[in-house]
Amino acid sequence: MSKMWSKLKDKSFGDAFYAFILLTPYAVIFLLFIAIPIAIAIVLSLTYFNVIEPPRYTGLLNYITLLTQDEIFSRYVLPNTFKYALIIGPGGYLLSFITAWMLAQIQKVPRTIMALALYTPSMVGPVFITVVFRTLFSGDEAGYINAILIRLELIDQPIQFLLSPDYIMNIMIFVSLWSSMGIGFLAMLAGILNINEELYEAAYVDGLKNRFQEIIYITVPSMKPQMLFGAVMAIVNAFNTGWIGVALSGSNPTPGYSGQLIVNHIEDYGFQRYEMGYAAAVSVALLLMVSVFSKIAHKLFTEKD
Amino acid sequence: MAYQGTKINPSRFSFSQLKFYIILVPMCLFMLLPIVYIINQAFKPLDELFMFPPRFFVQKPTLKNFEELFRTASSTGVPMSRYLLNSIIVTIITMVLTLLLVVTSGYALSKKRFRAKRLLLNINQTALMFVPISVMIPRYLVVVNLGIDNTIFSHIIPMLATPVGLFLVKQFIDQIPDSILEAAKLDGAKDFYIIRRIIIPLVRPALATVAILTFQAVWNATESSNFYVTDETIKTFAFYMNSLTASNFSTATGTVTIAGAGMAAASSLIMFLPNLIIFIAMQSKVMSTMVHSGIK
Repeated sequence: MSKMWSKLKDKSFGDAFYAFILLTPYAVIFLLFIAIPIAIAIVLSLTYFNVIEPPRYTGLLNYITLLTQDEIFSRYVLPNTFKYALIIGPGGYLLSFITAWMLAQIQKVPRTIMALALYTPSMVGPVFITVVFRTLFSGDEAGYINAILIRLELIDQPIQFLLSPDYIMNIMIFVSLWSSMGIGFLAMLAGILNINEELYEAAYVDGLKNRFQEIIYITVPSMKPQMLFGAVMAIVNAFNTGWIGVALSGSNPTPGYSGQLIVNHIEDYGFQRYEMGYAAAVSVALLLMVSVFSKIAHKLFTEKD
Repeated sequence: MAYQGTKINPSRFSFSQLKFYIILVPMCLFMLLPIVYIINQAFKPLDELFMFPPRFFVQKPTLKNFEELFRTASSTGVPMSRYLLNSIIVTIITMVLTLLLVVTSGYALSKKRFRAKRLLLNINQTALMFVPISVMIPRYLVVVNLGIDNTIFSHIIPMLATPVGLFLVKQFIDQIPDSILEAAKLDGAKDFYIIRRIIIPLVRPALATVAILTFQAVWNATESSNFYVTDETIKTFAFYMNSLTASNFSTATGTVTIAGAGMAAASSLIMFLPNLIIFIAMQSKVMSTMVHSGIK
């Protein structure tokens, strides 16, 4: 008996030891480039730091300034970010889900081809996006959209789409939605296809009436884990694509601050004004926003068991 | 309404599917429009690029834009092939290292028993929502303090922190029954043997998926060249393409310079094609990984 016990103990100790060895390389990288940067951001956010002099502790001053003094932040950046994130996050997510659901209703070969077509925009990368949409929305007559509008006689002068505060935000939203069906979309498609058919059969026997009820009572509850993964990816995407406005308009700040998102605000302060402490406070605000959104997603889709 | 047989994943065409085709086909075509547009744009000769009204499809395709692109060296005299070589090296090394890291740590987190496991899993799951762009400045400080700024490693090492990759591989390893591993252990197999001979062959789809995601991230990345590297000879292809296209757009008027439009289209096509080819080659593996992507 005691021999068996020591063997067992040995085994579990061995497990922990080897797990430690196997995990260390990834853990070191994780610490260096995710955990420590977040910690540094939090520490720097409590200081005044202009890169030349050593950081000087200023308490919560940066946060107070951000909330009360930074007019650009409260008038443009915050409303823009919310508008953009709400449309790209939940909006893009819903679009992905509905599209994935429709794809699941058709046969495999056309489904695969169409899924590829829909996924393609999400992998084209920043260079591609910049070139394509700058060319399409170009402000002279060679710009494709302008040319079409002129030919349809809807306008008689080309519109400076990318330089006009009236258009830049909507174009950003359009471009982001176009490229929003990434791995979250694929996860949801796989999730829908993987649901046990018998669940549907049983539910119809129990009185399910239509396809809408089917989605609400069977599809979504059966694939909550994929729904959550998709939601987290949608949120991350909504905050990660902040470069689009600057890439399209070619300037930071964007024209009239109309496409200015929180990410651009960080860059503006960090790399153009070298107010690193303040930029760090904005970063922390961003991280908080992401985690609030993702808390909500977890609340909605965590399996209760 | 009685149950009419599930319509999910049908094996045959029925007219009830028609409504989905009516929505999906135009949607797909619309999504592909910009891509078809840029392909046509890349092969247009100069007069077609600036024709008014502009034509969508190319009339007389030419490779001139590509030739021009390859001939144009950057302002510092570094040839394009150098950037391309840098990118290929960086991408391959990053992919190999990422796969090694996620498979070893994924195995440990999935199959090993130890106390902090739950905690580590939760930390990694929280990190799924990590937005790297938010901590650009601290990341820069870490890179500088490690002394890897201005070296090729600054393109690689920060990219190795991939919570999403680890998560996907770990979920996939969870599907492997413990009994297989127990049997191997009874035969005296050590961890690295188990990883090499059992885990890696069985989780290939997940590894393919991680490889694709890593490829897309690294191949398209410009941050490391922008912020960590000042030596022009170790900057990447994406950076070069980016600066080339940026310099060819006039920000003042929002228009494209005459010579730049074709080159910009050609360069974005070159950036995009490897992504597409790799994804098409591996799409079935990606889909089978995504089945296990759920967060529980």
